[in-house]
Amino acid sequence: MTRAAPIIEIARLTAHYGDFQALFGVDMRLGVGETIAIIGANGAGKTTLMRTIAGIVSASSGTIQLDGRPITALSAPEIVMAGVAMVPEGRKLFPSLSVEENLLIGAYARKAAGDWTLDAVYGLFPILRERRNSPGTALSGGQQQMVAIGRALMSNPRVLLCDEISLGLAPVVIRDIYAAVPKIKASGTSIVVVEQDVGQALQIADRVYCMMEGRVTLEGSPADLSRAAIHDAYFGVSA
Amino acid sequence: MTTRTSSAFGRPASIAGAVALAALMFAMPLIAPRAVVQDLFSILTLLVLAMNWNLLAGFAGLVSVGQQAFVGIGAYAMFAAIILWGLDPLVGALIGGLVAVLFAIPMAFFAFRLQGAYFAIGTWVVADMVRLAAGQWKALGGGTGTSLPKGTTRDMIGVPLVKSVLGVSSAAAADTVVYWLALGLAILTLAASFYFLRSRMGLGLQALRDNANAARSVGVDPRRIKAIVFLLTAFGTGLCGALIFIQITRVTPDAAFSVIDWTAFVIFIVVIGGIGTLPGPIVGVAIFYLLQRLLADYGTVYLILLGLIGIGIMLFARGGIWGAISDRTGIELLPLRHRPPSHQPVVVEQEAARPAG
Amino acid sequence: MIWLDTLLQGVLLGGLYALFAAGLSLVFGVMRLVNLAHGDLIILAAYLILGVAAVLGVTPVVALLIAAPVMFVVGWLLQMQVFNRVLGDDILPPLLVTFGLSVVIQNALLEGFTANSQKLSLGPIETQSLHLGSVTVGVIPMMTLASAVAVIFLLNQLFYRTSLGRAFRATSDDVVTAQLMGIRPRRIFAMATGIAMVVATLAAFYLGARANFDPSIGPARLLYAFEAVIIGGLGSLWGTLAGGLVIGVAQAFGAAVNPEWQILSGHIAFVIVLLLKPRGFFPRATD
Repeated sequence: MTRAAPIIEIARLTAHYGDFQALFGVDMRLGVGETIAIIGANGAGKTTLMRTIAGIVSASSGTIQLDGRPITALSAPEIVMAGVAMVPEGRKLFPSLSVEENLLIGAYARKAAGDWTLDAVYGLFPILRERRNSPGTALSGGQQQMVAIGRALMSNPRVLLCDEISLGLAPVVIRDIYAAVPKIKASGTSIVVVEQDVGQALQIADRVYCMMEGRVTLEGSPADLSRAAIHDAYFGVSA
Repeated sequence: MTTRTSSAFGRPASIAGAVALAALMFAMPLIAPRAVVQDLFSILTLLVLAMNWNLLAGFAGLVSVGQQAFVGIGAYAMFAAIILWGLDPLVGALIGGLVAVLFAIPMAFFAFRLQGAYFAIGTWVVADMVRLAAGQWKALGGGTGTSLPKGTTRDMIGVPLVKSVLGVSSAAAADTVVYWLALGLAILTLAASFYFLRSRMGLGLQALRDNANAARSVGVDPRRIKAIVFLLTAFGTGLCGALIFIQITRVTPDAAFSVIDWTAFVIFIVVIGGIGTLPGPIVGVAIFYLLQRLLADYGTVYLILLGLIGIGIMLFARGGIWGAISDRTGIELLPLRHRPPSHQPVVVEQEAARPAG
Repeated sequence: MIWLDTLLQGVLLGGLYALFAAGLSLVFGVMRLVNLAHGDLIILAAYLILGVAAVLGVTPVVALLIAAPVMFVVGWLLQMQVFNRVLGDDILPPLLVTFGLSVVIQNALLEGFTANSQKLSLGPIETQSLHLGSVTVGVIPMMTLASAVAVIFLLNQLFYRTSLGRAFRATSDDVVTAQLMGIRPRRIFAMATGIAMVVATLAAFYLGARANFDPSIGPARLLYAFEAVIIGGLGSLWGTLAGGLVIGVAQAFGAAVNPEWQILSGHIAFVIVLLLKPRGFFPRATD
């Protein structure tokens, strides 16, 4: 199952924030229909990697391919149109838009019809239907996260990037959010999840990448990875 | 950011050069025809206005489009001092500067409530109000304005002395006196800006420009510093306005409060020369003068060109001509140990954009 | 009642100011761009209508219909080629670029059309008026006010009922996240400025039909428009209409006391409103 044909293939990717280098030659692949999790401590480069795939941060060198086509040089809107949607860290709902408008704006650049419609998103997160006319920012953190995920799905992406979707949420809310992941996966979407909670990541992912200081330090399926190996990859090898 | 040598010239050499230049400028009335002295006078006054606006917008971040208020107030206060109270024009000019500061206090209370672009529009509106109010001042001619009484500048402080020492006409002596005053004001403004910007308060101001939060966290009170700069530049601008109108000898609301003459030109001078640098206004005023002279026969073409150059500078070289020279050569005259911020366009797909909410 | 007549004249004048301001308000709301050339662009549009009418021999109304799309393109190109490059956290570059543009347009018009006053001639309708009880109102001022209300209403519909309007608001909220929705901010901004220029063309039509214009009057119109936008509250189109009416009414009452006080009264109203409500009548909650 780890050898499925890749929909995303990343090779020797580097990226900078100004003078600061955040990624040092990252290699990564995401199979069609696969869910991978990226774990690592704060500052490991997880979010930068996601932002680089989404086109918000431009790559300094290396390549990102979507379905065999390079998307490294595309702008963020072009990448969305090519089929990669992102749920950004911090949810980033549009405060001037209602819940429903936040969802609709997700479909702004959508060309073809697909599985994900307003009704489908409301089916995934029924509470949003009740709150459809509220301002997005009037919702609880968990509900806002649902809007952010629904908003990304509205573009009918082939790849969904989820950046720290459990951050700052209560455990019971996190469970609700992650309950949606298998349903999204069932629609055929490939998923990349950035997660600080290793237990959570191991539970939902087909494969896990661990990052430290801008590099991938470990890769494997949850079953293959020992706690010690993850610990070393996460914090550096203890002497 | 690359580190740069602080000056390509030795320090003593640049000081000697500056003193020689100042001496030459001082001697101009003795060696040059009167028309040249009059030209230099208008250049120097534009330079003073430009240095004041640069301090305000380039360093304190207060983009005022209402500086013509202070020019006009300085001019009108001086005319009132001469015509209504019979004072000497130079005393009148000083009063002009002081009245400008007095007016700047309530103006600041109003304008400082406004941020950014609102501030620009707010100051413009206030200046327009003063213009309209000046048109109601019947004692000074209302909307049509008034002239200085004949012979006013002949008896001005210093004029009889200069007249007898240099052996020139009263009019030439008056030109010489106001020229020297403008030269003195320009040098004083430059020196004051230099020392102010290198003072604790000035460094705080520059820290503020680069990063408001960082500056606040080290205890810089932005409002207080900005208010001080606003009042100081009101004084400099008002005094300069009074000087300008001693030379013109006639004041009308439209001329004294002209947004084009006293603010638009000044803004272009600073932007083209290099906003947020001390030599910028000097370079800018030289370019402005050259353009005006070279295109003197083509009507308003120099204004169109001025506007286009200003736009071009903002699009392609935000540091202006001085910034470009200084970047290429590493020369840094009047170093403030600080560089103007480098700006990034925001619509590019970077994080520099506005935060949400 | 003389004061009722004055009030009515003020409201009608306010309609014109609201029309000047509507495009400015849209652009301000979407991208925080302070377009100091807006007044001069209105004057440019007035000359365009005049020129089209003269060259093609059509009425000013037909010329307006031709000029509007041309001005849309002008706005689009200005935004794509110039304004987009200077938008950012620093307000200075956009202010200076639009200020430069203002000087360029004003003086180019002066070179091309001289300083002579011009007027758009609409024929007999110019002098027609309606008698409403004790007061009389001109037909064209009435049309101006009606157009202002219609423009504000339509812009609101666009803003709150369409996909483009959602994109306007989303981009205004957060440029980076908007791009994650597949929105291209540069094009959204260009669209907003293009629409603003269409509104400016309509404003130019009424400006030219009501009174004389010449290349130098742009900045004064800009000031009235900005007063309307600011006291109305950033991003609120109905606020802009209200702001225009306040300025118009204040000017009318000032003029009724002494014609020289017309403009000053408008400015004083602006200052008083801002002292009482620094963010205007209807500030957007999320700014």
